[in-house]
Amino acid sequence: MFKEAINDGLWKQNPGTIQLLGLCPTLAITTSVVNGLSLGIATMFVMVIANSSISPIRKFVPDEVRVPIFILVIAALVTIVDLTIHAFAEPLYKALGIFIPLIVTNCIVLARVESFASKNPTLPSFYDGLFMGLGLCFVLIILGGMREFLGQGTLFSGFDLVFGQTLSGVGINFFDQYSGFLLAVLPPGAFLGLAMLIALVNWIDQKK
Amino acid sequence: MNNFIKKNKIVGRTVLVMIIFGVFFSTILQFIYTQTNPVILKSEAAAKERLLLQVISKDLYNNDLINSFIEIKPNKKLKNKKTIKGYIAKKNNKVAAVILETRAPDGYSGEIKILVGIDIKGYILGTRVVKHQETPGLGDYIDIIKSDWINIFTYSSLENTTKIEWAVQKDQGKFDYVAGATITARAVVKAIKESLNFFKENKLEMGIDV
Repeated sequence: MFKEAINDGLWKQNPGTIQLLGLCPTLAITTSVVNGLSLGIATMFVMVIANSSISPIRKFVPDEVRVPIFILVIAALVTIVDLTIHAFAEPLYKALGIFIPLIVTNCIVLARVESFASKNPTLPSFYDGLFMGLGLCFVLIILGGMREFLGQGTLFSGFDLVFGQTLSGVGINFFDQYSGFLLAVLPPGAFLGLAMLIALVNWIDQKK
Repeated sequence: MNNFIKKNKIVGRTVLVMIIFGVFFSTILQFIYTQTNPVILKSEAAAKERLLLQVISKDLYNNDLINSFIEIKPNKKLKNKKTIKGYIAKKNNKVAAVILETRAPDGYSGEIKILVGIDIKGYILGTRVVKHQETPGLGDYIDIIKSDWINIFTYSSLENTTKIEWAVQKDQGKFDYVAGATITARAVVKAIKESLNFFKENKLEMGIDV
């Protein structure tokens, strides 16, 4: 069960490269590693709580109104995350901005709740949320890394702004004079980057 | 009657469940809101002061800057659509500088919002673009994060820079710009000039009688 959740979330059913759910934030926010990572963590957090709080109450939710109730729960959770981040991690809030409230509309959250948590016991649902979220988080980090490296010639820049001053040294600048590759930063770069990532995943799957 | 109840039992049940869920989560949200709201307001005020400090220096004033302001009604110079605040920096109860928020509606993609710090003689102390949607890597050099271009306005005034000079070099003005993104620079220069004009015409309301 545990292994299956890991395998499904991280590879076989990866939300970012296989299920292709929740593409809006995936494509929009991944201009740097730190953005991808932050939104990945926030989404993962919401998925874990949504899955593990809906699973125990699944028997009390009438079938006819299950989707509105799921949305209600998810929206409430996201609002809590939004307010908490705004209060206690203001730089992170500035970086993610509108994309935190938009986690509500991220299909992957509702999809996992509807297709997994509403049919399975609490513990497997918890694992499912955790590893699906982690899988998405990895995709966001890799895509962010590709776009940051190509677009700005840096990696891990801005970590100190979001995660505190202690990390101010982790940013790597690869070129002294790099004028930037605009395409990678703009939305088309996100589509191209994701396409290459999906192609790579498919290629590896075929070789197996 | 019994039949009616039977028919509506399922409706009643769903309504009840939805009400319970709604009330439960509103209560939780209310609790979280009351917990986080003071912190958010505090950090927003701090962020605002940090922003204002970018255009004037800390040793210029010793009043409570955030709460010392005049209200500026929508006007053609600053191009504000709502009443906004003009902050007055005072040192020992004497006005030392003002901070105005001006808008350039003619940026390359949408409005550019600029903070301008002006001393009592009408010299620019500092300028910052606080909000813009210019093209990344092209027009975004007006943002201090990308380049220090925006600092070229410091110490300019309507006196030491003539009307013609208040333009980008391409238009025979004195201000530098990045080739390929002239529209952005043009909009910013114009908006800053207009803010100085506004300052000149409204000195008295801000408590300056020089």
